Amino acid sequence: MELLVAISIGAMTAAGVYLMLRLRTFPVVLGLSMLSYAVNVFIFASGRLVVDAPPVIGAADTMTDPLPQALVLTAIVISFGMTALVVILSLSSYLNAGTDVINIEKPGEQPETGR
Amino acid sequence: MSMEHWIVAPIIIPALIGPLMVLTMRHDASLQRIAGLASAVALVGITVALLVAASNGDVESYELGSWPAPFGIVLVLDRLSALMITLTAVLGLVILAYASATGWDQRGRNFHALFQFQLMGLFGAMLTGDIFNLFVFFEILLIASYGLMTHAGGRMRLRSGVQYVIFNLAGSTLFLFALGTLYAVFGSLNMADLAERAVLLPEGDEALVRVTAALLLLVFVLKGALLPLHFWLPNTYALAPAPVAALFAVMTKVGAYTVIRVYTLIFPDTLPAMNGLVADVLMPAALLTLAVGMIGVLGGRTLARIVSFAAIGSMGTLFLAVSTFQEAGISAALYYTVHSTLAGASLFLIVDQVRARRGNSALAGQAAMPGTGLISVLFFAAAIAAAGMPPLSGFIGKLLVLDAIRAQDWWVWGWGFVLATSLIAVVGFARAGSALFWKPHDAKAPPPDGFQIVPGSTSGWALGVLGVMLGLIVALTVFAGPVTRYTQSTAAQLFNSVEYIHAVMGTPAERIARAAAEAEALAAYNDAHAPAHGTADTDADTDADHGTTATQEGH
Repeated sequence: MELLVAISIGAMTAAGVYLMLRLRTFPVVLGLSMLSYAVNVFIFASGRLVVDAPPVIGAADTMTDPLPQALVLTAIVISFGMTALVVILSLSSYLNAGTDVINIEKPGEQPETGR
Repeated sequence: MSMEHWIVAPIIIPALIGPLMVLTMRHDASLQRIAGLASAVALVGITVALLVAASNGDVESYELGSWPAPFGIVLVLDRLSALMITLTAVLGLVILAYASATGWDQRGRNFHALFQFQLMGLFGAMLTGDIFNLFVFFEILLIASYGLMTHAGGRMRLRSGVQYVIFNLAGSTLFLFALGTLYAVFGSLNMADLAERAVLLPEGDEALVRVTAALLLLVFVLKGALLPLHFWLPNTYALAPAPVAALFAVMTKVGAYTVIRVYTLIFPDTLPAMNGLVADVLMPAALLTLAVGMIGVLGGRTLARIVSFAAIGSMGTLFLAVSTFQEAGISAALYYTVHSTLAGASLFLIVDQVRARRGNSALAGQAAMPGTGLISVLFFAAAIAAAGMPPLSGFIGKLLVLDAIRAQDWWVWGWGFVLATSLIAVVGFARAGSALFWKPHDAKAPPPDGFQIVPGSTSGWALGVLGVMLGLIVALTVFAGPVTRYTQSTAAQLFNSVEYIHAVMGTPAERIARAAAEAEALAAYNDAHAPAHGTADTDADTDADHGTTATQEGH
């Protein structure tokens, strides 16, 4: 099981990094999602992988560490909110600038319009 | 008066005022302004009181919800966190006053609420004693900064906003990977607890400790814009609204703060597993950052980009002093932190004044702007401070850094880079100043398309606030003696980390007393509950409970 989890984390991370390097907003958002899935499983595994054990002391013979589960919940909530934000920001950037390329070729200056 | 509960106030106040603004003050701009400024003034008062309380050398630990460390989250007030929150609160107040005076806060929505959340995240990151909580506060300050960065919108600003957000999301993912590794190796997230456990780790875990330390370092120096992770900064700072960029001057310092905190407390050089790992990486990276930053000052085509690269260069100087990981170096780094935050913020406010008067800050021939004389004087003073020329605080800061690295065997490199890049920065700033203010103006050049001076953006109030900012730099120069005494005692406290650990985890005597009290409470609980459900099952349960408690105490 450890091997399977490790391979899946690695595969998701690789896919995430590859998509991020595409430098267009849609693949990059997908890549960020892949990376956050990978890291969520990674944190989950940091409490060691135990099968059939509740995260409750004394409820069964073996128990699993409850803390990583709480950490993963926090991480999921944050990455969910962040993904929503980056999608909205990418959309408004695309609609304003007419391009979804992330690189800024000639960084000039934001013209001062007063509003 | 005990300061105990006031430690959490810098986080609670903006956390309450921010939502209140969104919910009840949406339609009243002036009410938002008053509430924001009142909150900022209160925060300055509270942080100064905390600074006074921390300056006697006590480390105060505040257990949120009274959950004992290391199980609950603690906030820790020591000299370092008190210095950082005071700097943030003062900078926040000045910049909020500037944004209100120029009307920047009205050019988009929810500026004041986002500003409060930004302050909350900054204070939280500087006060927390729990490394996962540090991640959460990083996210809070980042979410707020995304909103502030794209405040007032615009094509270029939104594009650079996307860059900034994506870069930081990647950084956050890396932070989570680092924290996962950290928890897997150490089994704790409380920084004081981690510091105690790091010494006790078995030899086989050395590689894992080094991996964790390196991953965390990557995350922190990404925030601190150290080469090669600096490339998010120029676009972000140059394209953000200038007052927001001025506030961001303290964001890079959060990166420096976390490096100082984590690598003096959890992974100090004395840890056998570390073996100089962090210092060996930081020093050359800092030298290159310094060079790239100051060469950028020389090569920039707009004042905004020049100032952004000056911010990168100052982080180079700062990390160079930090990389000594000795008392003198950290002390110099802290003085330079205060100085470079104030100098960087002043320069960004001047960029805003230049843009407000001529539509852009490009170093190109253009019709003369109104009020050139006054702005050029302010720029001259701020540039002298940023480049490290006498008589302002930049000179003292660089002198302290040079003195601190004198004891290192690489001091020749350090001195060479610091002195050479200072010269380059002077030339760069002189070039920018003469192009903008001095060179015969091209009176025939038309103003940029559709540009008109926005009423209020060049008001006397705004210039007054800018004057206050420069006044703070002068004050830092005049009171360099007391400030360096404070930073020296801060550095001494950082290297005596046992004080921090005992404040959070309790002194050995307190721990024995607590363990005894817990055992007594458990016995009383068992006595009271055993007869009520006196089945064999419950007995097994309490046995298991007891076993776990014993293991936890055994750490």
